[in-house]
Amino acid sequence: MITKKDVDHVALLGRLELTGEENDMYTRQLNDILGHFQNLERLDTDHIQPTAHVLPLKNVFREDVVGRHISREEALANCPDRHENFFKVPRIV
Amino acid sequence: MPQYETVIGLEVHIELKTRSKIFCNSTTEFGGEPNTHVCPVCLGLPGVLPVVNKKVVEYAIRAALALNCEIAEFSKFDRKNYYYPDMPKNYQISQYDLPIAQHGCLEIDTENGPRKIGITRLHMEEDTGKLVHQGTITTTPFSLVDYNRAGVPLIEIVSEPDLRSPEEARQYIEKMRAIILYTGVSDCKMEEGSLRCDANISVRPMGMEGLGTKTEIKNLNSFKSLLKSLSYEVERQIETLEEGGRIIQETRTWDEAKGVTLSMRSKEQAHDYRYLPDPDLVPMEIDRNWVDDIRRSLPELPDERKERYVEEYGLPAYDAAILTNTKELADYFEVCVKAWPNPKAVSNWIMGDLTRLLNSSGQEITGCKIAPENLASLLRLIDKGTISGKIAKNVFEEMFTSGRDAESIVKEKGLLQISDESAIIAIVDEVLAKNPGPVDDFKAGKERALGFLVGQVMKASKGKANPEMVNKLLREKL
Repeated sequence: MITKKDVDHVALLGRLELTGEENDMYTRQLNDILGHFQNLERLDTDHIQPTAHVLPLKNVFREDVVGRHISREEALANCPDRHENFFKVPRIV
Repeated sequence: MPQYETVIGLEVHIELKTRSKIFCNSTTEFGGEPNTHVCPVCLGLPGVLPVVNKKVVEYAIRAALALNCEIAEFSKFDRKNYYYPDMPKNYQISQYDLPIAQHGCLEIDTENGPRKIGITRLHMEEDTGKLVHQGTITTTPFSLVDYNRAGVPLIEIVSEPDLRSPEEARQYIEKMRAIILYTGVSDCKMEEGSLRCDANISVRPMGMEGLGTKTEIKNLNSFKSLLKSLSYEVERQIETLEEGGRIIQETRTWDEAKGVTLSMRSKEQAHDYRYLPDPDLVPMEIDRNWVDDIRRSLPELPDERKERYVEEYGLPAYDAAILTNTKELADYFEVCVKAWPNPKAVSNWIMGDLTRLLNSSGQEITGCKIAPENLASLLRLIDKGTISGKIAKNVFEEMFTSGRDAESIVKEKGLLQISDESAIIAIVDEVLAKNPGPVDDFKAGKERALGFLVGQVMKASKGKANPEMVNKLLREKL
């Protein structure tokens, strides 16, 4: 059962500011989603291997070779704010 | 006041020396203009797909084997979510419940003999970008980010809370560094950040079973700051408890300038990483043959090598430990001993004069101009009596600066030891004639006067006379 407090906590972790109404709505929606997964819990999974990935793939590697970089201007092109050659971000703590 | 016991566990981050980053082909080269060693993958742009660098897995396995870990059969990558701009994605790709290796150990030498320190786990992850603040992190108006380092491969090695003093923690790190350097997977430069350390530390009344509340100290970038910050924190925690206070579980940062640890209380403390398997990366099944191949390719590690030096070369454990501390120094020693099989003499020269000159000139053994074979020839010249031990020191310094071999220096400077009896007798006669006082003293039974006369003969021969012959001839004459 997800409480309003849980939603506040998750909102804080994601740096989201929620109104009381929004919190109500997300609490209800998240509980609906959990309820849906509770249906799945009714299945007998005793003989099913745990899954770490949905695709039947493993050991996909690349060789240790240096490739092309993008230019600094390209790197910084989409950032909301820059200072000289750096990404500029608000104070962190 | 009750006795307290200190409990320390360390988390060591080591950058792997691959050419390219862990999930993309950007370079790992240190330095570089800000935000130039980047590509869409390590910048976390939408729609990109990370792919694991195979060399990273190989190096992680290599380090893990050297640290006596068990290698996982099945391993995967997870996302560690946090809100901090040192990663552009708002998560760091790391390993959570299925790390590449677990259950290792390394041995340190304590006052009470050797002790095994447990290694809980070793996992792979990507390094973060670098934040630049104006002033301190709490007062800066804004921060600047350089993502060159984001995505450089790291291994994180977590120890058990087995360390019992700041000094043991220092030993653990030094041993870890020595072992990893032997494996060649990292250059472990603390000053460049390729070896970093966080410490978990708590105190408890002696004899208590459980653990006290711990604090985590970050920002330890030298052996010295590790030792100093842990010592400070031990005192702070004991003082707090003695005053009836309690320890708050928190992250503290080491302020090198003030010599104190400071609380980093903030929203960031609300750590809830919400790990989830990274759906962009597929799991790994580690082939046992691959592990065996890597195991076979490991060099002899410091502990084994040290033991062999004691057994095979008959060296004291102290010499053996110093010589094997780095692979390069041990290799140097072995080449030298091969050419001049007198291990203790070689060890003395390497640990004494060679180390002194290397330290004072700020050089590494790898850049040393004296080839090990040349050191061997110098020692041979001393042993044969071609030059005296004292002259040898001067020749050695000349070899160190010029890189020339011992024979040609000795020949050019006319430093050959004088072992010709008639030549020495001539000098002895001269010295005896000039020093009637000491001669009488000796004849009156003052043994010390002989030392003075030997010194005078050596001086007159510019240090080249064979001291044993000088002694013998002086006695005969007197």
